[in-house]
Amino acid sequence: MEQVGVRMPVAQSVHAARLAHKRARRLKESAIEAVLFLCALSAVATTVAIVVILLYESLGFFEVVSLREFLTGTVWTPLFTNPQYGVLPLVAGTVTTAGVALVVAVPLGLVTAIYLSEFAPHGVRETVKPFLELLEGVPTVVYGYFALLFVTPLLQKLMPELPGFNMLSPGIVIGIMIIPYVSSVSEDAMRAVPMSLREGSYAMGATRFQTAIKVVLPAALSGVVAAFILGISRAVGETMVVAVAAGQQPNFTFNPTESAATITAYIVQVALGDLPHGSIAYQSIFAAGLVLVLMTLAFNVIGHLLRRSFRERY
Amino acid sequence: MRTDAPQPPRSAELAAMRELIRRHKRADIVFGLVGLVCMMVGVVTLLVLFVDLMIDGLPRFSRDFFMNFPSRHAERAGILSAWVGTCLVMLVTMVAAVPLGVAAGIYLEEYAPKNWVTDLIEINVTNLAGVPSIVYGLLALGLFVYIFGLGQSIATAGLTLALLILPVIIVTTREAIRAIPVAIREAAYGVGATRWQVVADHVLPYSIGGIMTGVIIGLARAIGETAPLITVGALTFIAFLPPSPLRSEAPYVSFEWLLSPFTVLPIQMFNWVSRPDEKFLLNAAATGIVIIVATLAMNALAIWLRYRLRKRIKW
Amino acid sequence: MVSTTSVRPVSAAVPAPRAETEPDPAPKAAARGLSFYYGEVQALKNIDLVVHEHRVTALIGPSGCGKSTFLRCFNRMHDLYPGNRYEGEIRLYPDDMNLLDASVDPIEVRMRLAMVFQKPNPFPKSIFENVAYGLRVRGERSRRTLADKVEQALRAAALWDEVKDRLEEPAFNLSGGQQQRLCIARALATDPEMLLFDEPTSALDPIATASIEELITELKSRVTILIVTHNMQQAARVSDYTAYMYLGELIEFGRTDELFIKPKHKQTEDYITGRFG
Repeated sequence: MEQVGVRMPVAQSVHAARLAHKRARRLKESAIEAVLFLCALSAVATTVAIVVILLYESLGFFEVVSLREFLTGTVWTPLFTNPQYGVLPLVAGTVTTAGVALVVAVPLGLVTAIYLSEFAPHGVRETVKPFLELLEGVPTVVYGYFALLFVTPLLQKLMPELPGFNMLSPGIVIGIMIIPYVSSVSEDAMRAVPMSLREGSYAMGATRFQTAIKVVLPAALSGVVAAFILGISRAVGETMVVAVAAGQQPNFTFNPTESAATITAYIVQVALGDLPHGSIAYQSIFAAGLVLVLMTLAFNVIGHLLRRSFRERY
Repeated sequence: MRTDAPQPPRSAELAAMRELIRRHKRADIVFGLVGLVCMMVGVVTLLVLFVDLMIDGLPRFSRDFFMNFPSRHAERAGILSAWVGTCLVMLVTMVAAVPLGVAAGIYLEEYAPKNWVTDLIEINVTNLAGVPSIVYGLLALGLFVYIFGLGQSIATAGLTLALLILPVIIVTTREAIRAIPVAIREAAYGVGATRWQVVADHVLPYSIGGIMTGVIIGLARAIGETAPLITVGALTFIAFLPPSPLRSEAPYVSFEWLLSPFTVLPIQMFNWVSRPDEKFLLNAAATGIVIIVATLAMNALAIWLRYRLRKRIKW
Repeated sequence: MVSTTSVRPVSAAVPAPRAETEPDPAPKAAARGLSFYYGEVQALKNIDLVVHEHRVTALIGPSGCGKSTFLRCFNRMHDLYPGNRYEGEIRLYPDDMNLLDASVDPIEVRMRLAMVFQKPNPFPKSIFENVAYGLRVRGERSRRTLADKVEQALRAAALWDEVKDRLEEPAFNLSGGQQQRLCIARALATDPEMLLFDEPTSALDPIATASIEELITELKSRVTILIVTHNMQQAARVSDYTAYMYLGELIEFGRTDELFIKPKHKQTEDYITGRFG
């Protein structure tokens, strides 16, 4: 960038001015870059802050409660006068609702994705996809209302003994809620499969269905698995639907027709009350949050490992 | 016009093949129908949900519902403090998240060198998008409420939601910027523009539509978010409005409202859903309509904007 | 533009034998007045051409001349995309059926006329499963039959010795030339009546190209071959008949040696001597 100036005496002042201008400009450029960099760093700062806050508050919690009690205890009653801190009931509730959600979302999302990617005429796809995107935009508290006051009464007609609060109904609603995630990510993966592979299959006399199942789906498997992981992660972290419709009593069960609290529902329940800062119950929601973060993290790691093994196979 | 006249000895084989094809094509048709049904599950749910809310909540709509504070009496309760709270929280969120997110997006797309710091930032952006929203609430509770001492205020809520939608804005900003052809940048650099001049004069103006789309989607998500705000400690019963930002004497503006306690629409709805009294459920439904119309309108606007942009821009 | 003067109509499929060459064998397939449209755009104009049994017929011409479009009519690949339309016929012998007839299922056509593409496109499956794909599509389940046919096809594609010990490995581990031979084996495994090659060596290095060309020459005793190539030397090396196409029309068709030595049309001459194209 260094420019060779014409060093004539008359031009000297002009030259100096131009140099000063150039220096100022360079300074301004660096300053702007530094500011932008700091903004980008905010993402890292947020992650660090999340980890630090969760660990710091949890540490206080684990000074009182042993890790062993926390991880193996089957009763969770931090708000009682005789508190017990076994997190397993919350984990069971979380796993059960997420499980129901997956049972709904995986087949529906996968079939929808295959249909949209391989079967649907152009017009149908362009009409329906915006609607599915809107489904993603519905606030979760509204889904909670829907689960409690529409889906549960509907299910009670089929299963009269189903309690008003249960994990089945929010699980189903969360499942429908994450269909757009699962299907749009899977569809992207399938559409990324090169046309030449499809043509190779069609040229062998395969039908659409055979091509989709035997060639496109296996080729897109890594992306489809990633979609499921994304879905699991959403289902595990979902809060309002379960807080509204699953009940708030911790209950160590994997039976979806029972009422139980999830990790997220517990955090909401405690946050709604008026807890003194620094108390053990206050710290317990951070410990629960830590478990939640670790669970979603674990799913992501498992997902990446699965993806790699699929990639090695194909 | 079949002309299978000089049938070679393969006719039996051919007949079997045709039968096989017929069978396979039946599977095609069956899957086509199953696919259509599965796809419609989502769409139908959306419609049922909307109709269900309308039936329950629409009768509650009146001027009073929007202009009253919450009340012990379901018929007199309204959402004034909630919608004012939502607007103010959104204002804070927008002011905090948009510059930060857009700047981060610009940095990652236009400035970032290929090194481990950039990789670290990118991994973090991706991961943050997958962190459950309630965890942001815990972060805000520890950081904003107690360490920064902002308390359970509008400022805390706005900043919390800003962090939550930051990944959305960063990602869409990057996509919008990436869509601008390199040739345009090279043309600007070619006439001696600095990096910032290229960004300010070319990259930003050309990608503003795409960035707007991301901002709208992010804000639509923030409007409906409930969990992190409950964690932060939004109150569910607020029968007053935050102090007005305008004053009659100098300096005429006040930022006192930032530290005011608040409630927002989704929390008001959650509160009413949790009541056993059925009359409050109708209020919840009516609030739900307001939230859903707001978010769906914003999402539809974003989808429409994206569609328009795709049609209009021809590089 | 005069286009079809040198084309033998099917009714005269067996012309008077010439002294210096053997007579033309029976026709395997014949395009008759074939036109093709991508929506409004006419890509093929009234083409008549005979493909002789157990011979290699090459389609040459500058890019965009419609040779691949023509080839893809033979197994109805155009049916996969909306808005495409055929006119005229492609008759397949000895059945004498029109492949393009609306009552004929494109899937049946594709089962009978196999295709090998420009770029090797093995499926993300094992070597074995790639070759077995067509058989599985036909509902073949017997492990024995599959193993036998896969071996036969791999032998016919001159790949058996290279892969027999690693049939379960992913096909992507093979080199480009091996992948293309795998695709040929995949096409051969179902005993097709014709093999359609769409520029099969354009993505390969010269050594792999030579091995594919050798293979094509060997295969013609087994199956009728129609090959599109952008490489005139390749057409001269592997084919018995050559068709020169330009802008969707068939300009000249004849025995390869005659067409290359004594083209009847100025345009053909210009193209093969490299003055144009």
